[in-house]
Amino acid sequence: MGYEITLLTTMGISILFALSLNLITGFCGQISLGHAAFLGIGAYASAVCTKAGVPFLLTLPIAMLIAGAIGVFVGLASLRVRADFLAITTMGIGFLFVGVVRQQEWLGGELGISGIPESGLSRAMFMVLALALAAAAAAFSIYVKRSWMGRVFDGIAEDEDTMRVLGVDAPAYKLTAFAIGSGFAGVAGALYAHHLRFIGPESFGFVESITVLSMVVVGGIGSVAGVAIAAALLSVLPAWFQFIGDYKLLVYGGLLFLMMRFAPGGLAGIVTSIRSRINIAKAGGSS
Amino acid sequence: MSTTLLNVTNATVRFGGLTAVDQVSFEVKQGELLGLIGPNGAGKTTALRSITGVVQLTEGRVELDGERIEHLPIEQRIRKGLSFSQQLVKPFREMTLLENVAIAAASKKTISPLKALFSVNNTAESLMARSMLDLVGIGALANQSPGIQPLGVLKRLEMARALALQPKLLLLDEPLAGLNSKEARELASTILELNNKGATIVLIEHNLGEVIRVCQRLVVLDNGRKIADGEPRAVMNDRQVRAAYLGADSVAEGESPNAAA
Repeated sequence: MGYEITLLTTMGISILFALSLNLITGFCGQISLGHAAFLGIGAYASAVCTKAGVPFLLTLPIAMLIAGAIGVFVGLASLRVRADFLAITTMGIGFLFVGVVRQQEWLGGELGISGIPESGLSRAMFMVLALALAAAAAAFSIYVKRSWMGRVFDGIAEDEDTMRVLGVDAPAYKLTAFAIGSGFAGVAGALYAHHLRFIGPESFGFVESITVLSMVVVGGIGSVAGVAIAAALLSVLPAWFQFIGDYKLLVYGGLLFLMMRFAPGGLAGIVTSIRSRINIAKAGGSS
Repeated sequence: MSTTLLNVTNATVRFGGLTAVDQVSFEVKQGELLGLIGPNGAGKTTALRSITGVVQLTEGRVELDGERIEHLPIEQRIRKGLSFSQQLVKPFREMTLLENVAIAAASKKTISPLKALFSVNNTAESLMARSMLDLVGIGALANQSPGIQPLGVLKRLEMARALALQPKLLLLDEPLAGLNSKEARELASTILELNNKGATIVLIEHNLGEVIRVCQRLVVLDNGRKIADGEPRAVMNDRQVRAAYLGADSVAEGESPNAAA
């Protein structure tokens, strides 16, 4: 039972983390190659707080606010640079996070923070919390998609300049996407820290950023269900197959490349095209 | 009729050493359909873009309804009541024609991200989008994707989208370009109809026949400078305008120089 609980908790955290990137990259079209930094900011913020005696549940909003605020700051870069340059900028921010944390004695430096206090919840309750927060993020994402904010995000993702000509304050929307997405990643980080009870700078490096990006791409950029399923699957693969854990960057990087090359719509795109093929076949058969 | 809606004063745009728009001043009256014409490279589109904010003015001022707007970013100028139909059509290809227009019609709900987050209903916007598409004559295509439409439809879509913002002033940049003569005539008539219904419009166009037919007044630019401003027939008989369009030599062969200026 303990093994399943661990697995499901990991899944919940990964789904929450992947959906947080999906809000920024999938919905609003702003590529990020440094998203793990926000997982890290949330994890460190939460771990430092609980070590100082703050109750775990209270650290969730704290992690969200700190990660969200820094997310807005990083989002400011997206107002100046676009597409490939934004990818490089966010990648740089990912490295910057690792580089800065390594030098901070109070954050444990290279060794990281160990002996993070228990969450105060039973392992089963912690799992329920992780899954509930993942479900809440999914519900929120679906709601956003149906709101005018989601429609504006679609427009910005496709053609930001035209949105501005239509009177839309595109910078404000992009910063909002970064704030929400980074905030959710911060919550995922707080869960991560208290799930493993050990964090180090390397847990939030480039490999993690690529892993979460591959979850979004494999699921189908922008598709809530697709991203959630891909995150669930890809998060447990390393536990099932030892070699995936050993060659994480190779596997996820390769997956990212293959999906972009052969199925840019991801799982969601594959399902849609199969459905339409079935419909065409049905229509063909009935005529 | 005589209130000034847009007032451009000494507008100058320089790109490095090139002066694309040079000390241009003109005004647009409420309810007017003004043609902004000139040969290729005269600075018409740059002048229009400096009004919308796509291009920054180097010098000069732009007033809309008595309020200076030249320092504002594009989206705020649009929200003050400008709207802009671009020369190159840029529909959102992932959306239907109706959704393309509805997103412009939702400008009150999308004024801030927070407001947009708490607005889900799109019935009013869809209805308005539908009526704008009907107005420009492509209502029947509302649920199709823009990817498969001919240029004539996309030009109308661009105009419907600009209209859906319910602007005080509609700026049209070559809406007739690329259309055949029948399509061009129809769309020009649509523009005239919009104007008759009260829309104030600035029209940049190369199709002089249609411009003279529909516009009440013309402003002519050449090499970034304003060379004429007045009633269409008089402007087209102007010596400088003819020279700009036909080359300096042809003036000598023309009729006696006209005094219109």
